[in-house]
Amino acid sequence: MELRTRTGHYAIEVSGLNKRFDEVDVVKNISFEVEHGRTYALLGANGAGKTTTLAMLLGLLIPTSGRIFVLGVDMLRDRYRALPRMNYASPYVDLPQRLTVRQNLKVYGRLYGASKLAQRIDELAAQLDLEDFIDRSYRNMSSGQKTRVALAKALLNKPEVLLMDEPTASLDPDTADRIRTYLEDYQRATRATLLLASHNMLEVERLCDKVLMMRAGRIVDRGTPRELVTRYGRNTMEEVFLDVARNEAVA
Amino acid sequence: MNSGSLARIGTMVLRYTYLLRSSWPRILELAYWPTVQMILWGFITRFFTGHSDWVAQASGVLLSGVLLWDILFRAQLGVTLAFFEELYSRNLGHLFVSPLRPSELVLSLIGISLIRTVIGVGTAVLLAIPLYHFSLFSLGLPLIAFFANLLALGWALGIIISALVLRYGLGAESLAWVAIFALAPVSGIYYPIDTLPSWLLPISYALPSTYVFEGMRAVMFEHRFPADLLSYAIALNAVYISISIWLFLILFRRARRDGSLLHIGE
Repeated sequence: MELRTRTGHYAIEVSGLNKRFDEVDVVKNISFEVEHGRTYALLGANGAGKTTTLAMLLGLLIPTSGRIFVLGVDMLRDRYRALPRMNYASPYVDLPQRLTVRQNLKVYGRLYGASKLAQRIDELAAQLDLEDFIDRSYRNMSSGQKTRVALAKALLNKPEVLLMDEPTASLDPDTADRIRTYLEDYQRATRATLLLASHNMLEVERLCDKVLMMRAGRIVDRGTPRELVTRYGRNTMEEVFLDVARNEAVA
Repeated sequence: MNSGSLARIGTMVLRYTYLLRSSWPRILELAYWPTVQMILWGFITRFFTGHSDWVAQASGVLLSGVLLWDILFRAQLGVTLAFFEELYSRNLGHLFVSPLRPSELVLSLIGISLIRTVIGVGTAVLLAIPLYHFSLFSLGLPLIAFFANLLALGWALGIIISALVLRYGLGAESLAWVAIFALAPVSGIYYPIDTLPSWLLPISYALPSTYVFEGMRAVMFEHRFPADLLSYAIALNAVYISISIWLFLILFRRARRDGSLLHIGE
């Protein structure tokens, strides 16, 4: 019998992951590990397979083949054991529009079984500057406010593994900076594991211990931001990103 | 079912009641059509009572029919409209990465459907008492069995329609408004099913609603408890509810495989 759990120092383990839609391979045999308490980025141009990979890690999408373990749990067989300890933030997936921000947070907090929920909501409202509009309808929020609400939702259960798709999209530079600081503090305080898909190179350089570079469904390179910049002979991650996206350099 | 599961179902019912509470026109709308139907059929009953021996024998037969039919229709709508709300909100992506299981979502849809049906049809039932001196409660204990069976059939249909929308997207949304009306002619709401041509009878016999409406007439005209008819309805409902939940879970898995949970509602 195959093991459904495993222990080890990886919070996320992915091996031989493939996803095919209508004869098109959108994720091609990728394998990677994310160490506990570290922040990793999936970096790549549109269509590189980042969001598809995150969706498979979350159980929202069934892979064509491959294995995924999150917190030692086999996500293809037993994901409900891991999901209460994970969470997900994305500005591209909405929350119920007609509910207030507080109602949304209450609903999701209860779904995740968050303890001391009312107190947790107040804490997050203060930390993420939601207090002024927490009792207003979610549909009346600006995109920046929605992004902060989505992040609050993702932190309700103090997740051990937090997956994020473009966590600071639609935010002004000041708010984006404060969110990054918040994520750094959260990660330090809880030793949570963060995996984010991003196009924002400054964000990746600042937050991430390691970067997985994706192109056309494959992981084409990986390393710390500093290692990648050195390996490609560039000055910034943005230049590395362009090299990889345009396939102009081979590491 | 463990306590965590019950808590998640309760949370989703709470989520749908937040939606109802946020808008008084929505609550009004729940009661509007059942009440309009009841008023219309009340006048029709008043007319036929003086012109039809059959209706005169049990003057509430048409009003009972329309109110019971509305239980079926509202139960189905209660499930589908709550499910559509998740699609309109593009919220499925968050829901299904939470610990909420699809079976728990289905049970919460059933829960909110019960609340919506009681509010909607209950208002019409209560208003019929002063308006037409007709009480659906005069059906006595069999009313509970009729109510439960019509709810169950409405839920089964609602779950099947939700499953098809999960598979085919909001293009299949109109099924929520039209599908159930295909059952109306063959369920014998306002007339005994021996009125139907013989080739339609097998379809009629396959519907739990047929036994409920035949049972209603047995209570009103023959003053007997139609245990035989109700047992057929219960057995058929058990089959349809099982099929509907199975279909929802199968198509949910297919949506996870096809990636439609990522895009549905867009």
